[in-house]
Amino acid sequence: MNILLSIDVAVKKFVLSVGQATLLAIKGFTGIFLPPFNLKLVLREIDNFGAGSLLLVDLIALFTGMVMALQTIYGLSMYGAEIYVGGVVSLSLVRELGPVMASIMVGARVGSGIAAEIGSMQVTEQIDAMRALGASPVKKLVTPKIIAAMITLPLLTVTANIVGIFGGMIIALFELDIDSTFYINSVLNTITVSDLLSGVGKTVFFGIIIAVVGCYFGLKTTGGTTGVGRSTTITVVTISILILISDFFLTKLFLILF
Amino acid sequence: MSKVIIEFKDVYKSFNGILVHKGINLSIVEGEIMSLLGSSGSGKSVLLKELIGLVMPDSGDIIVLGNTVTQMNEESLIELREHVGMLFQGAALFDSLTVFENIAYPLREHLKLTEKEIRERVAEKLHLVGLGGIENKMSNELSGGMRKRVGLARAIATDPDIILYDEPTTGLDPITAQRINELIIDLQKKLGVTSVVVTHDLHCVKTVSNRIAMLYEGKIVAVGTWNELITSDIQVVRDFISGNICE
Repeated sequence: MNILLSIDVAVKKFVLSVGQATLLAIKGFTGIFLPPFNLKLVLREIDNFGAGSLLLVDLIALFTGMVMALQTIYGLSMYGAEIYVGGVVSLSLVRELGPVMASIMVGARVGSGIAAEIGSMQVTEQIDAMRALGASPVKKLVTPKIIAAMITLPLLTVTANIVGIFGGMIIALFELDIDSTFYINSVLNTITVSDLLSGVGKTVFFGIIIAVVGCYFGLKTTGGTTGVGRSTTITVVTISILILISDFFLTKLFLILF
Repeated sequence: MSKVIIEFKDVYKSFNGILVHKGINLSIVEGEIMSLLGSSGSGKSVLLKELIGLVMPDSGDIIVLGNTVTQMNEESLIELREHVGMLFQGAALFDSLTVFENIAYPLREHLKLTEKEIRERVAEKLHLVGLGGIENKMSNELSGGMRKRVGLARAIATDPDIILYDEPTTGLDPITAQRINELIIDLQKKLGVTSVVVTHDLHCVKTVSNRIAMLYEGKIVAVGTWNELITSDIQVVRDFISGNICE
Protein backbone atom coordinates (compact mmCIF):
# COMPACT_ATOMS: atom_id res chain seq x y z
CA MET A 1 0.00 0.00 0.00
CA ASN A 2 2.88 2.33 0.88
CA ILE A 3 4.58 1.52 -2.42
CA LEU A 4 1.39 2.36 -4.32
CA LEU A 5 1.12 5.62 -2.43
CA SER A 6 4.74 6.49 -3.22
CA ILE A 7 4.20 5.70 -6.91
CA ASP A 8 1.05 7.84 -6.86
CA VAL A 9 2.93 10.79 -5.32
CA ALA A 10 5.87 10.38 -7.72
CA VAL A 11 3.60 10.24 -10.78
CA LYS A 12 1.65 13.32 -9.65
CA LYS A 13 4.92 15.18 -9.00
CA PHE A 14 6.23 14.21 -12.44
CA VAL A 15 3.02 15.27 -14.21
CA LEU A 16 3.05 18.57 -12.29
CA SER A 17 6.68 19.21 -13.29
CA VAL A 18 5.95 18.45 -16.95
CA GLY A 19 2.95 20.78 -16.81
CA GLN A 20 4.93 23.59 -15.20
CA ALA A 21 7.84 23.20 -17.65
CA THR A 22 5.42 23.21 -20.60
CA LEU A 23 3.76 26.34 -19.28
CA LEU A 24 7.16 27.98 -18.89
CA ALA A 25 8.05 27.00 -22.47
CA ILE A 26 4.78 28.48 -23.77
CA LYS A 27 5.24 31.72 -21.80
CA GLY A 28 8.88 31.98 -22.85
CA PHE A 29 8.07 31.30 -26.50
CA THR A 30 5.13 33.73 -26.68
CA GLY A 31 7.41 36.32 -25.04
CA ILE A 32 9.34 36.38 -28.34
CA PHE A 33 6.43 38.18 -30.00
CA LEU A 34 5.44 40.48 -27.12
CA PRO A 35 7.07 43.86 -26.37
CA PRO A 36 9.30 45.10 -24.85
CA PHE A 37 12.01 43.55 -27.02
CA ASN A 38 15.49 43.48 -25.54
CA LEU A 39 18.06 42.86 -28.27
CA LYS A 40 20.98 43.39 -25.88
CA LEU A 41 19.94 40.43 -23.71
CA VAL A 42 19.45 38.21 -26.77
CA LEU A 43 22.89 39.11 -28.15
CA ARG A 44 24.49 38.35 -24.78
CA GLU A 45 22.85 34.93 -24.78
CA ILE A 46 23.83 34.27 -28.40
CA ASP A 47 27.43 34.99 -27.40
CA ASN A 48 27.10 32.60 -24.45
CA PHE A 49 25.42 29.82 -26.46
CA GLY A 50 27.28 30.20 -29.73
CA ALA A 51 30.72 31.77 -29.40
CA GLY A 52 31.35 30.06 -26.06
CA SER A 53 30.46 26.60 -27.42
CA LEU A 54 31.98 26.83 -30.92
CA LEU A 55 35.44 25.48 -30.12
CA LEU A 56 34.13 22.67 -27.91
CA VAL A 57 31.52 21.50 -30.42
CA ASP A 58 33.92 21.63 -33.37
CA LEU A 59 36.70 19.83 -31.51
CA ILE A 60 34.32 16.99 -30.62
CA ALA A 61 32.97 17.00 -34.20
CA LEU A 62 36.49 16.73 -35.66
CA PHE A 63 37.33 13.62 -33.67
CA THR A 64 33.88 12.11 -34.14
CA GLY A 65 34.29 12.51 -37.91
CA MET A 66 37.71 10.88 -37.73
CA VAL A 67 36.47 7.95 -35.63
CA MET A 68 33.44 7.55 -37.91
CA ALA A 69 35.76 7.36 -40.92
CA LEU A 70 38.00 4.77 -39.27
CA GLN A 71 35.04 2.57 -38.35
CA THR A 72 33.37 3.03 -41.74
CA ILE A 73 36.55 2.10 -43.62
CA TYR A 74 36.82 -1.01 -41.44
CA GLY A 75 33.20 -1.98 -42.13
CA LEU A 76 33.12 -1.18 -45.83
CA SER A 77 36.47 -2.86 -46.52
CA MET A 78 34.75 -6.23 -45.93
CA TYR A 79 32.79 -5.56 -49.13
CA GLY A 80 35.55 -3.65 -50.94
CA ALA A 81 33.50 -0.48 -50.80
CA GLU A 82 35.75 1.63 -48.57
CA ILE A 83 36.09 4.37 -51.18
CA TYR A 84 32.53 5.40 -50.33
CA VAL A 85 33.63 6.46 -46.86
CA GLY A 86 32.91 10.14 -47.62
CA GLY A 87 29.26 9.50 -48.41
CA VAL A 88 28.63 7.30 -45.38
CA VAL A 89 30.45 9.58 -42.92
CA SER A 90 28.75 12.74 -44.21
CA LEU A 91 25.30 11.18 -44.20
CA SER A 92 25.69 9.93 -40.62
CA LEU A 93 27.04 13.27 -39.47
CA VAL A 94 24.57 15.52 -41.24
CA ARG A 95 21.42 13.52 -40.44
CA GLU A 96 22.18 12.33 -36.94
CA LEU A 97 25.53 12.63 -35.24
CA GLY A 98 26.18 16.32 -35.88
CA PRO A 99 22.83 17.61 -34.53
CA VAL A 100 22.63 15.25 -31.54
CA MET A 101 26.27 15.59 -30.55
CA ALA A 102 26.29 19.38 -30.84
CA SER A 103 23.04 19.61 -28.87
CA ILE A 104 24.22 17.34 -26.05
CA MET A 105 27.50 19.26 -25.83
CA VAL A 106 25.74 22.63 -25.72
CA GLY A 107 23.12 21.17 -23.38
CA ALA A 108 25.79 20.09 -20.92
CA ARG A 109 27.79 23.30 -21.15
CA VAL A 110 25.10 25.95 -21.46
CA GLY A 111 22.16 24.13 -19.83
CA SER A 112 24.11 23.58 -16.63
CA GLY A 113 25.26 27.21 -16.74
CA ILE A 114 21.68 28.45 -17.11
CA ALA A 115 20.49 26.30 -14.19
CA ALA A 116 23.37 27.49 -12.00
CA GLU A 117 22.88 31.16 -12.92
CA ILE A 118 19.12 31.22 -12.40
CA GLY A 119 19.32 28.85 -9.42
CA SER A 120 21.78 31.18 -7.67
CA MET A 121 19.51 34.13 -8.42
CA GLN A 122 16.58 32.17 -6.98
CA VAL A 123 18.24 31.26 -3.68
CA THR A 124 19.55 34.81 -3.18
CA GLU A 125 16.05 36.25 -3.81
CA GLN A 126 17.18 38.03 -6.99
CA ILE A 127 14.28 36.49 -8.92
CA ASP A 128 11.84 37.80 -6.29
CA ALA A 129 13.61 41.18 -6.45
CA MET A 130 13.24 41.19 -10.23
CA ARG A 131 9.49 40.64 -9.90
CA ALA A 132 9.24 43.17 -7.07
CA LEU A 133 10.97 45.75 -9.29
CA GLY A 134 8.37 45.27 -12.00
CA ALA A 135 10.16 42.94 -14.40
CA SER A 136 9.07 39.52 -15.62
CA PRO A 137 11.72 36.83 -15.03
CA VAL A 138 10.29 34.90 -17.99
CA LYS A 139 10.71 37.88 -20.31
CA LYS A 140 14.12 38.84 -18.92
CA LEU A 141 15.66 35.40 -18.51
CA VAL A 142 13.76 32.68 -20.35
CA THR A 143 12.75 34.32 -23.64
CA PRO A 144 16.24 35.62 -24.59
CA LYS A 145 17.70 32.17 -23.90
CA ILE A 146 15.06 30.44 -26.07
CA ILE A 147 15.70 32.85 -28.96
CA ALA A 148 19.48 32.46 -28.62
CA ALA A 149 19.25 28.66 -28.50
CA MET A 150 16.96 28.51 -31.54
CA ILE A 151 19.38 30.66 -33.56
CA THR A 152 22.77 29.36 -32.45
CA LEU A 153 22.24 25.61 -32.21
CA PRO A 154 21.47 25.17 -35.95
CA LEU A 155 24.52 27.31 -36.80
CA LEU A 156 26.74 25.33 -34.44
CA THR A 157 25.44 22.13 -36.01
CA VAL A 158 26.34 23.33 -39.50
CA THR A 159 29.91 24.06 -38.37
CA ALA A 160 30.04 20.68 -36.57
CA ASN A 161 28.93 18.95 -39.78
CA ILE A 162 31.61 20.70 -41.85
CA VAL A 163 34.39 20.04 -39.33
CA GLY A 164 33.26 16.42 -38.84
CA ILE A 165 33.28 15.76 -42.59
CA PHE A 166 36.72 17.37 -42.76
CA GLY A 167 37.88 15.04 -39.98
CA GLY A 168 36.66 12.10 -42.01
CA MET A 169 38.55 13.41 -45.02
CA ILE A 170 41.83 13.52 -43.08
CA ILE A 171 41.45 9.82 -42.22
CA ALA A 172 40.41 8.94 -45.77
CA LEU A 173 43.49 10.74 -47.15
CA PHE A 174 45.91 9.02 -44.80
CA GLU A 175 44.33 5.57 -44.47
CA LEU A 176 43.06 5.01 -48.00
CA ASP A 177 45.14 7.48 -49.97
CA ILE A 178 41.88 8.75 -51.51
CA ASP A 179 42.06 11.98 -53.47
CA SER A 180 40.42 14.87 -51.57
CA THR A 181 38.38 15.88 -54.66
CA PHE A 182 36.98 12.35 -54.86
CA TYR A 183 36.07 12.47 -51.15
CA ILE A 184 34.34 15.87 -51.48
CA ASN A 185 32.47 14.72 -54.61
CA SER A 186 31.38 11.60 -52.76
CA VAL A 187 30.05 13.81 -49.94
CA LEU A 188 28.26 16.20 -52.31
CA ASN A 189 26.74 13.37 -54.35
CA THR A 190 25.40 11.67 -51.22
CA ILE A 191 23.91 14.33 -49.00
CA THR A 192 20.86 16.26 -50.15
CA VAL A 193 19.21 19.45 -48.97
CA SER A 194 16.55 17.40 -47.19
CA ASP A 195 19.28 15.53 -45.24
CA LEU A 196 20.70 18.85 -44.15
CA LEU A 197 17.30 20.31 -43.28
CA SER A 198 16.15 17.30 -41.29
CA GLY A 199 19.37 17.35 -39.26
CA VAL A 200 19.56 21.09 -38.67
CA GLY A 201 15.77 21.40 -38.22
CA LYS A 202 15.86 19.07 -35.22
CA THR A 203 18.33 21.32 -33.42
CA VAL A 204 15.78 24.17 -33.26
CA PHE A 205 13.69 21.91 -31.01
CA PHE A 206 16.75 20.72 -29.09
CA GLY A 207 17.62 24.37 -28.48
CA ILE A 208 14.19 25.02 -26.95
CA ILE A 209 14.64 21.92 -24.75
CA ILE A 210 18.06 23.15 -23.50
CA ALA A 211 16.85 26.68 -22.71
CA VAL A 212 13.55 25.67 -21.09
CA VAL A 213 14.93 22.77 -19.01
CA GLY A 214 17.84 24.91 -17.75
CA CYS A 215 15.52 27.79 -16.84
CA TYR A 216 12.89 25.49 -15.31
CA PHE A 217 15.26 23.72 -12.92
CA GLY A 218 16.98 27.03 -12.17
CA LEU A 219 13.70 28.65 -11.18
CA LYS A 220 12.68 25.60 -9.12
CA THR A 221 15.91 25.70 -7.09
CA THR A 222 15.56 25.62 -3.33
CA GLY A 223 17.99 24.84 -0.53
CA GLY A 224 20.95 27.18 -1.01
CA THR A 225 24.16 26.21 -2.76
CA THR A 226 23.44 22.47 -2.43
CA GLY A 227 20.18 23.11 -4.25
CA VAL A 228 22.03 24.91 -7.05
CA GLY A 229 24.32 21.89 -7.48
CA ARG A 230 21.32 19.55 -7.54
CA SER A 231 19.56 21.67 -10.17
CA THR A 232 22.66 21.73 -12.36
CA THR A 233 23.02 17.95 -12.29
CA ILE A 234 19.36 17.21 -12.95
CA THR A 235 19.38 19.75 -15.80
CA VAL A 236 22.21 18.01 -17.65
CA VAL A 237 20.66 14.56 -17.15
CA THR A 238 17.19 15.72 -18.22
CA ILE A 239 18.47 17.60 -21.28
CA SER A 240 20.48 14.57 -22.46
CA ILE A 241 17.54 12.19 -22.02
CA LEU A 242 15.04 14.55 -23.64
CA ILE A 243 17.31 15.21 -26.63
CA LEU A 244 17.76 11.49 -27.27
CA ILE A 245 14.06 10.67 -26.86
CA SER A 246 12.81 13.62 -28.90
CA ASP A 247 15.43 12.82 -31.56
CA PHE A 248 13.62 9.57 -32.32
CA PHE A 249 10.24 11.26 -32.77
CA LEU A 250 11.68 14.23 -34.69
CA THR A 251 13.60 11.88 -37.01
CA LYS A 252 10.37 10.00 -37.69
CA LEU A 253 8.56 13.30 -38.32
CA PHE A 254 11.24 14.68 -40.65
CA LEU A 255 11.35 11.39 -42.58
CA ILE A 256 7.65 11.90 -43.29
CA LEU A 257 8.04 15.60 -44.10
CA PHE A 258 11.14 15.40 -46.31
CA MET B 1 -8.97 59.42 10.92
CA SER B 2 -6.04 57.99 8.96
CA LYS B 3 -6.71 56.05 5.82
CA VAL B 4 -6.05 52.28 5.81
CA ILE B 5 -3.87 51.47 2.80
CA ILE B 6 -2.87 47.88 3.58
CA GLU B 7 -5.30 45.30 4.84
CA PHE B 8 -4.97 41.57 5.47
CA LYS B 9 -8.35 39.85 5.78
CA ASP B 10 -8.44 36.32 7.16
CA VAL B 11 -5.30 35.23 5.28
CA TYR B 12 -4.32 31.56 5.30
CA LYS B 13 -1.14 30.16 3.81
CA SER B 14 0.54 26.76 4.00
CA PHE B 15 3.79 25.33 2.67
CA ASN B 16 4.07 21.57 2.10
CA GLY B 17 1.03 20.97 4.29
CA ILE B 18 2.29 23.12 7.17
CA LEU B 19 -0.03 26.01 7.95
CA VAL B 20 2.02 29.20 8.37
CA HIS B 21 -0.79 31.75 8.44
CA LYS B 22 -3.98 30.76 10.23
CA GLY B 23 -6.26 33.70 9.59
CA ILE B 24 -4.15 36.87 9.56
CA ASN B 25 -6.10 40.09 10.09
CA LEU B 26 -4.16 43.36 10.07
CA SER B 27 -4.71 46.95 8.95
CA ILE B 28 -1.91 49.42 8.29
CA VAL B 29 -2.69 53.10 7.96
CA GLU B 30 -1.15 55.63 5.60
CA GLY B 31 2.14 57.17 6.73
CA GLU B 32 2.85 54.88 9.68
CA ILE B 33 5.77 52.57 10.33
CA MET B 34 4.36 49.19 11.30
CA SER B 35 6.79 46.54 12.54
CA LEU B 36 5.99 42.84 12.40
CA LEU B 37 7.48 40.81 15.23
CA GLY B 38 7.58 37.07 15.55
CA SER B 39 9.91 34.13 15.92
CA SER B 40 11.90 32.65 13.02
CA GLY B 41 9.74 30.68 10.59
CA SER B 42 6.55 32.35 11.81
CA GLY B 43 5.88 33.65 8.29
CA LYS B 44 6.70 37.35 8.67
CA SER B 45 8.66 37.58 5.41
CA VAL B 46 5.92 35.62 3.65
CA LEU B 47 3.45 38.33 4.72
CA LEU B 48 5.61 40.95 2.99
CA LYS B 49 5.84 38.83 -0.15
CA GLU B 50 2.08 38.24 -0.13
CA LEU B 51 1.58 41.98 0.06
CA ILE B 52 2.99 42.48 -3.46
CA GLY B 53 1.87 39.16 -4.90
CA LEU B 54 5.27 37.44 -4.93
CA VAL B 55 3.56 34.69 -2.94
CA MET B 56 -0.19 34.17 -3.08
CA PRO B 57 -2.17 33.14 0.03
CA ASP B 58 -4.29 29.98 -0.03
CA SER B 59 -7.36 31.99 1.04
CA GLY B 60 -8.32 35.40 2.33
CA ASP B 61 -7.88 38.85 0.84
CA ILE B 62 -5.02 41.34 0.82
CA ILE B 63 -5.88 44.89 -0.14
CA VAL B 64 -3.07 47.30 -0.99
CA LEU B 65 -3.72 50.89 -2.12
CA GLY B 66 -7.30 49.91 -2.93
CA ASN B 67 -6.28 46.90 -5.06
CA THR B 68 -7.18 43.36 -4.06
CA VAL B 69 -3.81 41.67 -4.61
CA THR B 70 -5.29 38.18 -4.40
CA GLN B 71 -7.48 38.86 -7.46
CA MET B 72 -4.81 40.48 -9.63
CA ASN B 73 -2.91 38.93 -12.54
CA GLU B 74 0.86 39.36 -13.01
CA GLU B 75 0.44 42.35 -15.37
CA SER B 76 -1.71 44.29 -12.86
CA LEU B 77 0.66 43.32 -10.06
CA ILE B 78 3.57 44.84 -12.00
CA GLU B 79 1.68 48.17 -12.05
CA LEU B 80 1.01 47.91 -8.30
CA ARG B 81 4.68 47.14 -7.59
CA GLU B 82 5.64 50.54 -9.01
CA HIS B 83 4.08 52.00 -5.84
CA VAL B 84 5.69 49.54 -3.42
CA GLY B 85 9.43 49.29 -2.79
CA MET B 86 10.96 46.29 -1.05
CA LEU B 87 14.28 45.88 0.74
CA PHE B 88 15.11 42.18 0.79
CA GLN B 89 16.79 40.39 3.68
CA GLY B 90 20.11 39.93 1.88
CA ALA B 91 19.51 43.06 -0.23
CA ALA B 92 19.09 40.77 -3.31
CA LEU B 93 21.18 43.05 -5.50
CA PHE B 94 21.69 41.75 -9.05
CA ASP B 95 25.29 40.58 -8.84
CA SER B 96 25.90 40.85 -12.58
CA LEU B 97 25.03 44.57 -12.54
CA THR B 98 26.74 47.65 -11.11
CA VAL B 99 25.25 49.70 -8.28
CA PHE B 100 24.02 52.20 -10.87
CA GLU B 101 22.33 49.53 -12.98
CA ASN B 102 20.74 48.00 -9.88
CA ILE B 103 19.13 51.29 -8.83
CA ALA B 104 18.25 52.20 -12.42
CA TYR B 105 16.51 48.81 -12.88
CA PRO B 106 13.06 49.75 -11.51
CA LEU B 107 13.30 53.16 -13.21
CA ARG B 108 13.80 51.51 -16.59
CA GLU B 109 11.01 48.99 -15.93
CA HIS B 110 8.38 51.37 -14.59
CA LEU B 111 9.11 54.90 -15.77
CA LYS B 112 9.86 56.40 -19.13
CA LEU B 113 12.83 58.55 -18.16
CA THR B 114 15.74 59.79 -20.26
CA GLU B 115 19.21 58.48 -19.50
CA LYS B 116 20.09 61.87 -17.94
CA GLU B 117 17.04 61.75 -15.67
CA ILE B 118 17.89 58.19 -14.61
CA ARG B 119 21.46 59.26 -13.72
CA GLU B 120 20.15 62.16 -11.67
CA ARG B 121 17.59 59.99 -9.88
CA VAL B 122 20.17 57.28 -9.08
CA ALA B 123 22.62 59.88 -7.71
CA GLU B 124 19.83 61.46 -5.62
CA LYS B 125 18.79 58.13 -4.06
CA LEU B 126 22.38 57.11 -3.36
CA HIS B 127 22.95 60.48 -1.68
CA LEU B 128 19.80 59.92 0.39
CA VAL B 129 21.19 56.65 1.77
CA GLY B 130 24.59 58.25 2.31
CA LEU B 131 26.48 56.45 -0.46
CA GLY B 132 27.35 58.99 -3.13
CA GLY B 133 29.90 58.14 -5.81
CA ILE B 134 29.75 54.33 -5.78
CA GLU B 135 27.68 54.01 -8.96
CA ASN B 136 30.29 52.00 -10.85
CA LYS B 137 31.03 49.46 -8.13
CA MET B 138 29.81 45.88 -8.49
CA SER B 139 27.59 44.58 -5.70
CA ASN B 140 30.21 42.02 -4.58
CA GLU B 141 32.61 44.88 -3.84
CA LEU B 142 30.25 46.26 -1.17
CA SER B 143 30.11 45.54 2.55
CA GLY B 144 26.92 44.14 4.14
CA GLY B 145 25.79 47.56 5.35
CA MET B 146 26.47 49.15 1.96
CA ARG B 147 24.54 46.39 0.20
CA LYS B 148 21.56 47.02 2.48
CA ARG B 149 21.70 50.74 1.77
CA VAL B 150 22.03 50.22 -1.99
CA GLY B 151 19.07 47.82 -1.71
CA LEU B 152 17.19 50.59 0.05
CA ALA B 153 18.15 53.13 -2.62
CA ARG B 154 16.80 50.69 -5.22
CA ALA B 155 13.60 50.17 -3.21
CA ILE B 156 12.90 53.91 -3.09
CA ALA B 157 14.03 54.66 -6.66
CA THR B 158 10.49 55.02 -8.01
CA ASP B 159 9.35 57.13 -5.00
CA PRO B 160 6.96 54.43 -3.78
CA ASP B 161 4.01 55.02 -1.46
CA ILE B 162 4.88 51.94 0.60
CA ILE B 163 8.28 50.52 1.56
CA LEU B 164 8.67 46.96 2.84
CA TYR B 165 11.76 46.15 4.90
CA ASP B 166 12.70 42.50 5.41
CA GLU B 167 15.18 42.27 8.30
CA PRO B 168 16.80 45.66 7.52
CA THR B 169 19.35 45.51 10.35
CA THR B 170 20.07 41.79 10.64
CA GLY B 171 23.77 40.96 10.48
CA LEU B 172 24.90 44.56 10.72
CA ASP B 173 27.12 46.16 13.34
CA PRO B 174 25.31 48.43 15.85
CA ILE B 175 26.46 51.66 14.19
CA THR B 176 25.37 50.62 10.70
CA ALA B 177 22.13 49.21 12.14
CA GLN B 178 21.44 52.53 13.82
CA ARG B 179 22.15 54.33 10.53
CA ILE B 180 19.60 52.11 8.79
CA ASN B 181 17.05 52.80 11.57
CA GLU B 182 17.57 56.53 11.09
CA LEU B 183 17.15 56.10 7.34
CA ILE B 184 13.81 54.33 7.83
CA ILE B 185 12.57 57.21 10.00
CA ASP B 186 14.04 59.83 7.63
CA LEU B 187 12.31 58.28 4.64
CA GLN B 188 9.00 58.37 6.48
CA LYS B 189 9.51 62.00 7.40
CA LYS B 190 10.96 63.18 4.05
CA LEU B 191 8.88 61.10 1.65
CA GLY B 192 5.83 60.48 3.84
CA VAL B 193 5.81 56.81 2.94
CA THR B 194 4.09 53.98 4.77
CA SER B 195 6.58 51.38 5.98
CA VAL B 196 6.24 47.76 7.02
CA VAL B 197 9.29 46.42 8.85
CA VAL B 198 9.88 42.74 9.51
CA THR B 199 12.59 42.23 12.09
CA HIS B 200 13.88 40.38 15.14
CA ASP B 201 15.86 43.40 16.24
CA LEU B 202 13.96 44.77 19.25
CA HIS B 203 16.08 47.93 19.28
CA CYS B 204 15.09 48.56 15.65
CA VAL B 205 11.43 47.91 16.51
CA LYS B 206 11.52 50.28 19.48
CA THR B 207 13.35 53.00 17.51
CA VAL B 208 11.40 53.09 14.27
CA SER B 209 7.88 51.80 14.89
CA ASN B 210 4.69 53.76 15.30
CA ARG B 211 2.87 50.49 15.89
CA ILE B 212 3.94 46.88 16.24
CA ALA B 213 2.09 43.69 15.30
CA MET B 214 3.09 40.42 16.91
CA LEU B 215 2.72 37.23 14.87
CA TYR B 216 2.43 34.09 16.96
CA GLU B 217 1.38 30.60 15.86
CA GLY B 218 0.07 31.89 12.54
CA LYS B 219 -2.05 34.71 13.93
CA ILE B 220 -1.62 38.36 14.84
CA VAL B 221 -1.99 38.17 18.61
CA ALA B 222 -1.36 41.84 19.45
CA VAL B 223 -1.15 45.22 17.74
CA GLY B 224 -0.08 48.41 19.49
CA THR B 225 2.71 50.80 20.34
CA TRP B 226 5.90 49.64 22.08
CA ASN B 227 4.57 50.78 25.46
CA GLU B 228 1.24 49.06 24.88
CA LEU B 229 2.92 45.81 23.97
CA ILE B 230 5.35 45.84 26.86
CA THR B 231 2.41 46.11 29.27
CA SER B 232 0.23 43.73 27.26
CA ASP B 233 -2.09 41.29 29.03
CA ILE B 234 -0.85 38.55 26.73
CA GLN B 235 2.01 36.69 28.35
CA VAL B 236 3.67 35.60 25.08
CA VAL B 237 3.84 39.22 23.85
CA ARG B 238 5.41 40.46 27.07
CA ASP B 239 7.87 37.57 27.05
CA PHE B 240 8.90 38.17 23.44
CA ILE B 241 9.39 41.90 23.93
CA SER B 242 11.43 41.35 27.08
CA GLY B 243 13.43 38.61 25.35
CA ASN B 244 12.22 35.73 27.49
CA ILE B 245 11.38 33.56 24.52
CA CYS B 246 14.40 32.03 22.88
CA GLU B 247 13.95 31.08 19.21
